[in-house]
Amino acid sequence: MSAVIDNHHADHAHGPAKGLMRWVLTTNHKDIGSMYLWFSFAMFLLGGTMAMVIRAELFQPGLQLVQPELFNQMTTMHGLIMVFGAVMPAFVGLANWMVPLMIGAPDMALPRMNNFSFWLLPAAFGLLVSTLFMEGGGPNFGWTFYAPLSTTYGPESTTFFIFAIHLAGISSIMGAINIIATILNMRAPGMTLMKMPMFVWTWLITAFLLIAVMPVLAGVVTMMLMDIHFGTSFFNAAGGGDPVLFQHVFWFFGHPEVYIMILPAFGAVSMIIPAFARKPLFGYTSMVYATGAIAFLSFAVWAHHMFTVGIPLTGELFFMYATMLIAVPTGVKVFNWATTMFRGSLSFEAPMLFAVAFVILFTIGGFSGLMLAIAPADFQYHDTYFVVAHFHYVLVPGAIFGIFASAYYWLPKWTGHMYDEVLAKTHFWMSFIGMNLAFFPMHFVGLAGMPRRIPDYNMMFANFNMVSSVGAFMFGATQLLFLFIVIKCIRGGKSAPAKPWDGAEGLEWTVPSPAPYHTFTTPPEVK
Amino acid sequence: MSEEGLSTASLIKRLLLLVVGMFAFGFLLVPIYDVMCQAFGINGKTAGSAWQGQEQAVDMQREVRVQFVSNNAEGMRWSFGPEDNEIVLHPGETRSMNFLAHNPTDRVMVAQAIPSVAPSRAAAFFHKTECFCFTQQVLQPGESVEMPVRFIVDPALPTDVRRLTLAYTLFDVTERMAPSLDLAAVHRN
Repeated sequence: MSAVIDNHHADHAHGPAKGLMRWVLTTNHKDIGSMYLWFSFAMFLLGGTMAMVIRAELFQPGLQLVQPELFNQMTTMHGLIMVFGAVMPAFVGLANWMVPLMIGAPDMALPRMNNFSFWLLPAAFGLLVSTLFMEGGGPNFGWTFYAPLSTTYGPESTTFFIFAIHLAGISSIMGAINIIATILNMRAPGMTLMKMPMFVWTWLITAFLLIAVMPVLAGVVTMMLMDIHFGTSFFNAAGGGDPVLFQHVFWFFGHPEVYIMILPAFGAVSMIIPAFARKPLFGYTSMVYATGAIAFLSFAVWAHHMFTVGIPLTGELFFMYATMLIAVPTGVKVFNWATTMFRGSLSFEAPMLFAVAFVILFTIGGFSGLMLAIAPADFQYHDTYFVVAHFHYVLVPGAIFGIFASAYYWLPKWTGHMYDEVLAKTHFWMSFIGMNLAFFPMHFVGLAGMPRRIPDYNMMFANFNMVSSVGAFMFGATQLLFLFIVIKCIRGGKSAPAKPWDGAEGLEWTVPSPAPYHTFTTPPEVK
Repeated sequence: MSEEGLSTASLIKRLLLLVVGMFAFGFLLVPIYDVMCQAFGINGKTAGSAWQGQEQAVDMQREVRVQFVSNNAEGMRWSFGPEDNEIVLHPGETRSMNFLAHNPTDRVMVAQAIPSVAPSRAAAFFHKTECFCFTQQVLQPGESVEMPVRFIVDPALPTDVRRLTLAYTLFDVTERMAPSLDLAAVHRN
């Protein structure tokens, strides 16, 4: 397809290897990016299936389908798989595909390490999922794996869970190192830092967050391993340790982690909205600084997850105000997106629909986050469905809509075909309605006191839970439509021009669609 | 590509150093947490060894109620509790309370008591000059023991604290101590 382009340096350019070994041995950033995206989608469906089990059980009060033991494993594995298996690898996949194209680099800086960091993931998640079939079952202590639930009272398979987290962590760290090296050292001549596309900027900052906190996660699971097998007492009060320490160390990782999952989506949306508003991004510089400020502040707010464990009043006040401070740079971003759209020549193709829904719904999730940040109010909300509603509002229409928007935006570049716009819009509206039906009622049942992670509930929550379950089934089933749209787009469709979106900007649109196997072997000139 | 800045190799080296540093920092959080708990009385943690401070003037004007609570951790079969549920004292005076423990099982067991003070901000003002929680207790089958705790409530205790609770949780550490179980060497109260 791209023979014309490759001809004049035929001695150098070659296509992909044939057969299965192409995928095992590839060092090509596009191949690896595709594998990351497929892997994350498979994990999305697996984690989604677990969510369907949860919602089916919660369709009615009482225990119908699953026993509490399995229910606990489902909530735990759903969280772990979605966070570490679906959202994070999807963004790494997007970075693999798009960062070299956006900065005019021929490939990632460390292609062999790139291959290794991808292939660690199937090992990690194979290990994690296999625990479900072991005696005693898989992890059942919640995705936050608080000690002593995960140490003294954890199932036998916890050790496998620990190694799975280690492998996924090593994969993330190597991916982050690779992305930083690519962005800092492989930019085309003339591409200064402040000319980089927002997606590249947000990923640079995300990669630093990953390097800063994934080792802390590795540390905390290592401490668990030592407590379980080597007789140490990091989290065991009998030996002088403290289970609350676990929560501090975990959330020192955990809070930056939630920004790791949202910052790349911020970046993608900051590119998609200008393209469909046909206006440059409003306040590029402030976007960069706001991203940096969010990342910086994310290290000083972790204890807002643990207001109720007993921290001094001054501590609660500090973490409450620090948390609220994050609303400032986030507000800067939301206002910039709104201002970019203001008086633009808007059109609403699927990427734009997902991006606009992202801005609105993520803001709702942000506001419920502000409510949770109020320490005295949090004593009421803590561990209720209000928290579940909050983080699903920032993760589903936040991270996942950001990924869908990116996928539709760049699918023509990846496949060389336009996706089916009617089906894509159907996918959007079904997802939008399904997701709001599923998660909005959780605010109400949460405020009324329904606890999270419990397979049964009071009769008075029955109607809202039924609505939630119907919405969740709708959202879940719709994702099979997305799979169909992507396969259809790969197999054929209207062929895409090099730049299918007339308002789009960036180096990735200067190469033909589909992007040739090797791009920018001679760096482009950036003015 | 970039003319200035680091080569890729030295950039990777620095990033790997950062990774190792952050891994170490995760473990460094353990002592940092202990220091913070000591400094601010987080979690009602009290000092792990006897208080070495000066004798203080007794504040006869003020009365503080000290309550004693005992819990057994899961799987701990000893009977364990204070002689009295509460005492009223003046800040600055040294008082003591006996806790009684009995091992009803037919094996030698080792226990560790973990103290906690509520409200947690009072923990820094609760000084123990002697406590059975500083060491482990070894009880023979059927043996009983009286274990004293001597303490002073600091006169600097915030005036709005009129009542504080000293809670002990007793853990069975027999298995943990088994390899080094040198019964004679373990201090007994």
